Amino acid sequence: MNAGDFLDRIDLAALPGAVSRRARAAARFRATGWPTRADEAWHYTDLNARLKSFDLALPAEAGSVAGLIPETDLPRIVFVNGRFAEDLSTKMPGLGCYASDAALTEGRDQPMVALNAALAQDGAVLDIAESVDAGTVLLVSIAHAAHQAAIAPRHRIRLGAGAALTLIEIARGEGEYLHNPVVEIALGEGAVLRHYRLQDEAMAAVHVATIFADLASGARYDSFTLNCGARLSRNETHATLAGAKADVHLNAAQLLTGSQHGDITTIVAHDAPNCASRQTVKSVLSGAARGVFQGRIEVARIAQKTDGYQMNQALLLSPDAEIDSKPELEIFADDVKCSHGATIGALDPEQVFYLRSRGIPEAEARAMLIRAFLDEALEPVTDATAHRLFEDAIDAWWRKGVL
Amino acid sequence: MLEIKGLTATIDDKEILRGIDLTVPDGEIHAIMGPNGAGKSTLSYVLSGREGYEVTGGSVTFNGRDLLAIEPEERAAAGLFLAFQYPVELPGVGNANFIRTALNAVRRARGEKELDAVAFLKEARAAIKLLHMPDDMLKRNVNVGFSGGEKKRNEILQMALLKPSLALLDETDSGLDIDALKIVADGVNALRGPDFSALVITHYQRLLDHIVPDRVHVLAAGRIVRSGGPELALELEARGYAGLEAA
Repeated sequence: MNAGDFLDRIDLAALPGAVSRRARAAARFRATGWPTRADEAWHYTDLNARLKSFDLALPAEAGSVAGLIPETDLPRIVFVNGRFAEDLSTKMPGLGCYASDAALTEGRDQPMVALNAALAQDGAVLDIAESVDAGTVLLVSIAHAAHQAAIAPRHRIRLGAGAALTLIEIARGEGEYLHNPVVEIALGEGAVLRHYRLQDEAMAAVHVATIFADLASGARYDSFTLNCGARLSRNETHATLAGAKADVHLNAAQLLTGSQHGDITTIVAHDAPNCASRQTVKSVLSGAARGVFQGRIEVARIAQKTDGYQMNQALLLSPDAEIDSKPELEIFADDVKCSHGATIGALDPEQVFYLRSRGIPEAEARAMLIRAFLDEALEPVTDATAHRLFEDAIDAWWRKGVL
Repeated sequence: MLEIKGLTATIDDKEILRGIDLTVPDGEIHAIMGPNGAGKSTLSYVLSGREGYEVTGGSVTFNGRDLLAIEPEERAAAGLFLAFQYPVELPGVGNANFIRTALNAVRRARGEKELDAVAFLKEARAAIKLLHMPDDMLKRNVNVGFSGGEKKRNEILQMALLKPSLALLDETDSGLDIDALKIVADGVNALRGPDFSALVITHYQRLLDHIVPDRVHVLAAGRIVRSGGPELALELEARGYAGLEAA
């Protein structure tokens, strides 16, 4: 359905928080509507076409979702249909509180971010004080939709100077729905956030996530996203290196099959000198799946000694699979090192035969080689629980008959 | 053990094997020598089941089974091992993980219990020591950054752990210095016994000083043109392959 019809259905005033902000965001979204291929930022991903058939509404009460939450020993914050699920979450004094207020940061008015601001009810607000190492926290957002629901959690993560946090973010669900999370991250001087994201949505879902990460000097944002669910997904990350010697790692991998469409879009703004950005994005595409990588690196005039690296690699397992790759470098400083590369290939039959000649069955041989292909993208994942969750998700992918 | 009868095979409609007859009994090591382009590597690939080769006639029986009817992995599980002339690099695949996966796949197919990581490492380290290989061999990615000699030794390590009943050594001696050659030969000789046979494919006689064959066959233009005892290798070394095709 079109954007206006959808918003007409919703009584924004009945949602918690400041009505004026919601109204502004709703007006903004109404003005742009769903992104279409006419929007340059959405040239390869036709969200409008995908959502046309959705009869969207706000979600109703969810049923039991316990089976969708991974078993770990970690403290966790759980959201179900965009609402904080206190009964499923760990009590964490010192980790801040949860918002019932959709804070719309001015100037962030991309259509899907505006939609999130109009609809968001809850979100995690993690404020880690200066020099505190908050360990590892699981952030789970679950959609459980009996009808076609729009779910829009909005999370805010702030790390004080020298603070550290490992955040494992998982998106899962059942049914047909639009999951539209926004995560706003601000890292103080020398703070370190490791952000591991697993998009494991229901296969009928649409997932559009936007992440904003602002880094002060010496801060480090290490992220890895694994996309394997949803019929259409888009992960858009805006990283701004605002202080000198800040460092971002925006790695991602996607494992897609059937008619799935997965879009990884990054915008890295080098606004200070001596910063580094690293992106390794790997797509494994089976069936008629389509992968998109758009990576933009903007180097401001002041950002001398920038070190930017971007690599996009795709493994096509079928002749009908497709990858679209669009690197963009916009450099205004004169003393920088920026490189990008893209490769597309199939599994090497020599390698498959070598493994088979050693007794390894063909499907297992292919799985080993695909796993090896992904390895480099998984490098920033240093947390053992996150590693296990990703390995489990990759293992589950083999069972979809893609080999 | 291995019985090849009238085997013919083509690549891209070009006939490479033109009727091979060869029997390797249990416990014997046979050498196949011959000039470049004789079909030596083709024979090893056809036997191990690589794609791209079309068998147009003949039969291969391995321990009573129709070898050509089964998949490459089933051939390995049945006890066949091919030491590659050009071992393949597998970036991102750890050597220990690779060999353990192979070993357990073969054990599974044979109805044996799989080895856990600890038991495997114990076996692998023992084999490495026996073969005088560097300890870090297991930690590296499969054949990535290995020298030519290290790659060949890695083949022998896999063979030592997979314990095949028939090993096909496809020019394993090429590119090896004398020390590496001895290590490879020791690896093969260590497996010698009534339940182990090998087909050693080589261009030169020198490997056969270290792995003394029971029989030597000369392959030329897709056929076995002569067979004899170990002395045949010496004769070939002295006189070369010239004139053999006419023989």
